[in-house]
Amino acid sequence: MEKKEKNDETEMSEEKNGVIIRVTGPVIEAEGMAGSRMYESVRVGIDGLIGEIIILEGDRATIQVYEETVGVTPGEPVVRTFLPLSVELGPGLVGTMYDGIQRPLQEILKKTGDMIERGSSAPALDRTKRYMFYPLTKAGDMVREGDRIGCVRESVSVNHYILVPPGVTGTLQSIAKKGEYVITDTIAVLDTGNEKKNLTMIQRWPVRDPRPVLERLDPIEPLMTGQRIIDTLFPLARGGTAAIPGPFGSGKTVVQQQLAKWVNADIIVYIGCGERGNEMADVLEQFPTLKDPRTGHSLSSRMVLIANTSNMPVAAREASVYTGITIAEYYRDMGYHVALMADSTSRWAEAMREISGRLEEMPGEEGYPAYLSSRLADFYERAGRVSLIGSGGHEGSISVIGAVSPPGGDFSEPVTQNTLRIVKVFWALDADLAYQRHFPAINWLMSYSLYSKTAGIWWEEHIGPDFIRMKQEMMEILQRENELEEIIRLVGPETLPESDRLLLLKAEIIRESYLMQYAFDEYDTFTGPEKQYRMLKAIFKFFEQAEHAIDTGIQVSELRGLPLIESFARMGTSSPEEEETLFNSIERNSETIRNMRAGL
Amino acid sequence: MTDLKFRTYTGVSKVVGPLMVLDGVEGIGYGEIAEITLPGGEVRIGQVLETTTTRAMVQVFRGTRDLDTELTQVRFRGEPMKISLSSDMLGRTFDGSARPIDGGGPVIPECIRDIYGAPVNPSAREHPRDSIQTGISSIDGMNTLVRGQKLPIFSGAGLPHNLLASQIARQAKVTGQAEKFAVVFAAMGITYEESAFFIREFEESGALERAVLFLNLADDPAIERTITPRLALTTAEFLAFDKGMHVLVVLTDITNYCEALREIAAAREEVPGRRGYPGYIYTDLASLFERAGRIRGREGSITQIPILTMPDDDITHPVPDLTGYITEGQIVLSRDLHMKGIYPPVDVLPCLSRLMQGGIGTGRTRADHAEVKNQLYSAYAKGIRLKSLVAVMGEEGLTTLDKLYIRFCERFENDFIRQASYEDRSFDDTLNLAWNLLSLLPMSELKRISTEFISKYYRGEEKA
Ligand SMILES: Nc1ncnc2c1ncn2[C@@H]1O[C@H](COP(=O)(O)OP(=O)(O)OP(=O)(O)O)[C@@H](O)[C@H]1O
Ligand SMILES: [Mg+2]
Repeated sequence: MEKKEKNDETEMSEEKNGVIIRVTGPVIEAEGMAGSRMYESVRVGIDGLIGEIIILEGDRATIQVYEETVGVTPGEPVVRTFLPLSVELGPGLVGTMYDGIQRPLQEILKKTGDMIERGSSAPALDRTKRYMFYPLTKAGDMVREGDRIGCVRESVSVNHYILVPPGVTGTLQSIAKKGEYVITDTIAVLDTGNEKKNLTMIQRWPVRDPRPVLERLDPIEPLMTGQRIIDTLFPLARGGTAAIPGPFGSGKTVVQQQLAKWVNADIIVYIGCGERGNEMADVLEQFPTLKDPRTGHSLSSRMVLIANTSNMPVAAREASVYTGITIAEYYRDMGYHVALMADSTSRWAEAMREISGRLEEMPGEEGYPAYLSSRLADFYERAGRVSLIGSGGHEGSISVIGAVSPPGGDFSEPVTQNTLRIVKVFWALDADLAYQRHFPAINWLMSYSLYSKTAGIWWEEHIGPDFIRMKQEMMEILQRENELEEIIRLVGPETLPESDRLLLLKAEIIRESYLMQYAFDEYDTFTGPEKQYRMLKAIFKFFEQAEHAIDTGIQVSELRGLPLIESFARMGTSSPEEEETLFNSIERNSETIRNMRAGL
Repeated sequence: MTDLKFRTYTGVSKVVGPLMVLDGVEGIGYGEIAEITLPGGEVRIGQVLETTTTRAMVQVFRGTRDLDTELTQVRFRGEPMKISLSSDMLGRTFDGSARPIDGGGPVIPECIRDIYGAPVNPSAREHPRDSIQTGISSIDGMNTLVRGQKLPIFSGAGLPHNLLASQIARQAKVTGQAEKFAVVFAAMGITYEESAFFIREFEESGALERAVLFLNLADDPAIERTITPRLALTTAEFLAFDKGMHVLVVLTDITNYCEALREIAAAREEVPGRRGYPGYIYTDLASLFERAGRIRGREGSITQIPILTMPDDDITHPVPDLTGYITEGQIVLSRDLHMKGIYPPVDVLPCLSRLMQGGIGTGRTRADHAEVKNQLYSAYAKGIRLKSLVAVMGEEGLTTLDKLYIRFCERFENDFIRQASYEDRSFDDTLNLAWNLLSLLPMSELKRISTEFISKYYRGEEKA
C-alpha cells in the first residue's frame, strides 16, 4: 500500500493510530484520531476491518465499518491509511463481480470458501494476468489528463484505453512497446515538469468524487432497450436518468436485467444493492451464455457486476453505489456509452438511514437523514452525456436506471419522491398489472419520459416517418380506454356505441400484443426498433380497416372473433423467420375486413 | 478478541425492558455473549448490543424479570453466540435457546458454530432449479416452489396457514430423486396448541424423526425470539451443507419475531421507522431469509417456508411488505376464499414464485407449464374483474364471452384451487385440470398459449 502520498502534511508521524472507544453495530468511535480527514479509509481493530471516517469531532472520529463488527472491542487500534475510500481502475474490471467496496467475490471465494469471512481481501484487479498492450503515443508526445496513451484488449468486446490520470499533464519520456504486460508494469514515464511520473495500467480514484469532464451535453439519442413499452412510449436517452419504482414482485429486477441484456450501450455496470443473492447468481450464470445482439459476443464480456446483497454488511451497501458509478465514469472517460443499473436505490437509502440512526443524527422524513435528497441528486448528477477532458474531442455517456422499492408500494414516500424530482424518466410499476401477469407492469397512464421528443425525432429520421403520429394515437387510445372503463363501472357496458366498443378492442390489442412483453420468451425478450415499427404499422393498418368496417355496419363483436386478432398476440414471440409470413398474413387479413359485409 | 476472557462482574447499573447496562467493565467485545446469574441462581444468556471503554449494554434473551442491580453476576464469554451441532439432533426438540426439552441429554457436538453465520458469497450460490411437487395445484401450477427457495405464506389470524404448511411439508417431493431430507421447525411465539398441531402432523407423516424442533411459544420470553430462528438456520445449514440433506425450514410466526425486534428498539430509544418498527428490520430479516439456497458443489439445500400473519390482513403492513421484498415470492391466503369454504384459500393473484421460471418446462415439469400459468392468470384476473362489475349491476349487459369468463372463474376456485388437505396432485394432474378449465373458453381467447400446445391439449368449447 502506498501510504503517505504527496498530499500529506509534514507533522504526521509514521504510524498514527487511534483507539476504539465505542462499538455499536456497523458504527464505531475512536479517539486519538487528530489529523485524520473526512472520508479517510481506516483499518479497524485487530482484524483490520475496512472502515471509513464519516464524522470528525476534535480528535474523535466516527467510522462506518464495511464488515461485520462482532467481537470488535474498545481499546483495539484504528490504523489510518491516509487515503480516501477508493477503487482500483484498470483492465480486469469487466467480467468481474465485486462487493460494495470492490473486493472481487470470485477471488475471495477461492481464498476463503463459500462464506465471506471477515477480513478477507484480494486485490480488485488481477496482477498476474498479462494483457497485450498497444501504444497509441510515442516518446516525446505532449499528453494531458484523459489522453489515451495506449490500449489493451480487456475482453472480446472491450478495448480498454489506458488514460493519463486526471490532474496529470506532461511530456512522455518513454512508452512501452507493443507487448504483453501485467497491469502493475510501468508502461510510460511522464515528465510533468516537476517530477518524473511512472504510469502503470492502474489508477485509483476516490469513490465519492465525480471524475472530471470537460462539458456536460444534452442527451440527443435514445438508448434502445428492445423493450417495446419503453422504446416506443417512455424512451430513455443515452446519458439520461430513469427511475423504476414499484412494490415487491412488480418487475423492477426483471426490467433492470432486461436492460442490462439488451440496451445498446458499450459497457454495463450492474449494482445489486441490498437485494437477493440468488438474483446475482442468476446474472452470473445467465449472462455469459447470452449474446449481445449487436456484437454477437457474450454479454458478460462488457459487464461489471457489483453485488452487495441484503445480508452483506450494510455500510458496504452504502458504498456500493459509489463504487459502481466511479467504475462507470472510468469507462465513460474512454469514450464509451455506459449504462448503469442500481437495484435497488431504496436499499442504498436505507443503508444511509441505518448508519444515520446509529449516529443518532436528527432524523428527517420517515427517519431518513436530512441529506437523503442531496445524496440522491449527487448520484444521478454523475450520469450524463459529456465531452471528455482528453484531447480528440471524444464524447462518452452514462445512463443511470435506478430501481426504487417504496414501502407498501406507496409512491409518496421520501425515496421515490426525491428521486422523481431528479430523474427524467419515470416507469411506474403497477401491482395490479403484475397480479394479472401483464409484464412489464409499467403503468402507461402514470409513467412519463422527458426524452420523448428527442427520441421521436430519432425514430422518424432512422426508422419510419409516421412514428410520432402512431405513438400519439396509441396514448390517446389508452387514455380514452381508461375513461370508458370509468363509464362502464358506473352505467354498465350495454350503452356503449360501436365506436367506443372498437376503441376498447383497439386498446386491448395495444395492451396485450404490444405493451405486454414476455421476458422469458426467446424472441419476445427483445424487439429491435425495426420490428417495433413493423408491429405498430400492422396494428394501425388493422385499426384503419376496422374503422371502415364499423362504418359499414359491421359489429365489433364480429371483429373480435376473427382469427386475425389472435395473430397480433403472436407478433412479439415470432422468430425472424416466421415474422415475414406473420406480418404478411396480418396485412392480408386486415385487407379482407374491408370486404366483410354486415351481418355475415 | 482480547485475552481477558471469562471476565466476571457483579452488579449492573441499569435494567430497562429487555436490556441491562453495566458500568466499570473493560474490554467487552461487540456482540459477545454474557452469562447472567440471577440472585436466585438462575442463569440466563445475553448479548452485547453496544460497548464502550467502560460500559456495555446487554440484551437478555429470556427477559430481565428478577434481575437486580446489586447481586446479579455477569460473566462475559469473550465469543459470540454459538450452537452445538450434530446429526443426532434429528428427532429432537429444543426450546427457543436450543436447550433440550424432550427429556433427552445434551447434544454431543460434532461442531460448534456461530449462530449469525457469515454471508454466503453470491458467486458461490447455485441458482435453484429443481421444482418441488407439493401436490397443491395453486402452488405447483401457478407458483411452483423450487429447492433452495424462500417462499413465505402470508396469512391472517384464523386462516389455515398451519394446515397448508404441514401439507406442504408432508407432500413435498422432487420427482425422480431419492433423497436425504430433513425438516427444521422454528416456532416464535405461537401457541402451545399450534405447536402441538405441527408436532402431531410431523409424527403422523413420519417426518418427526427427521425433524429438529426449536420452540419458543407464546408464553416464552419475547426477546428469545430474536435468536430462535438463527439457531434453527444454523442447524439447517449444518444438515444441508455438511450432511448433504435437503432441508425444509418452517419459521413461524415472523410477525412475532419482528415484534421482538421492535421491543428491543423501543427499549434502546431508537428512532422508530414505519409503524414503530426499527429502520434496520429489512437488513435483519434479510439475514434470516438469505440463509436459504443452494451452494455450488454441495449436495444439500435449504428451502424456507416462513409463515407470517398480516395484522389486519394488510399486505402493506411492514412485516409482509419487507418480507415480500426479500423472499422469492409469496403465497397469500385470502379471508374471502376461506369464508367461501375453499381450502387452501390461496389468493393466486398476489402470489408469486420468482424461481418458478427456472424450475418448470420440458424435462422439469411439462413444456406447456409456463404458458398455461400465464393464461390461467390472465383469465382468472379477467373473471374477477367481471365479477366485481356484476356485483354492481347484475349480469345483463354482459356478453356471452363475459359470462364464460365468470363461469371459468368460479370453476377455477372450486375445482382448481380447492382440494382436500390430504389430496396430493401430480404436476400432470394439475396441468390437465388447468386445461379442463381453459377449455371452457373459446380458443381465440388463449392468446398466451402457442398453437402447438393448443392443438395438443385444448379440448374445445363444446367438450367443457
Ligand atoms: N417482463 C416480464 N416478463 C415475464 N415475467 C416477468 C416480467 N417482469 C416481471 N416478471 C415476473 O415477475 C416476477 C417479479 O419480478 P421482479 O423480481 O423483477 O420484481 P421486483 O419488482 O424486482 O421485486 P422486489 O422489489 O421484491 O425485488 C418475476 O420473477 C417474474 O416472474
Ligand atoms: Mg427486485
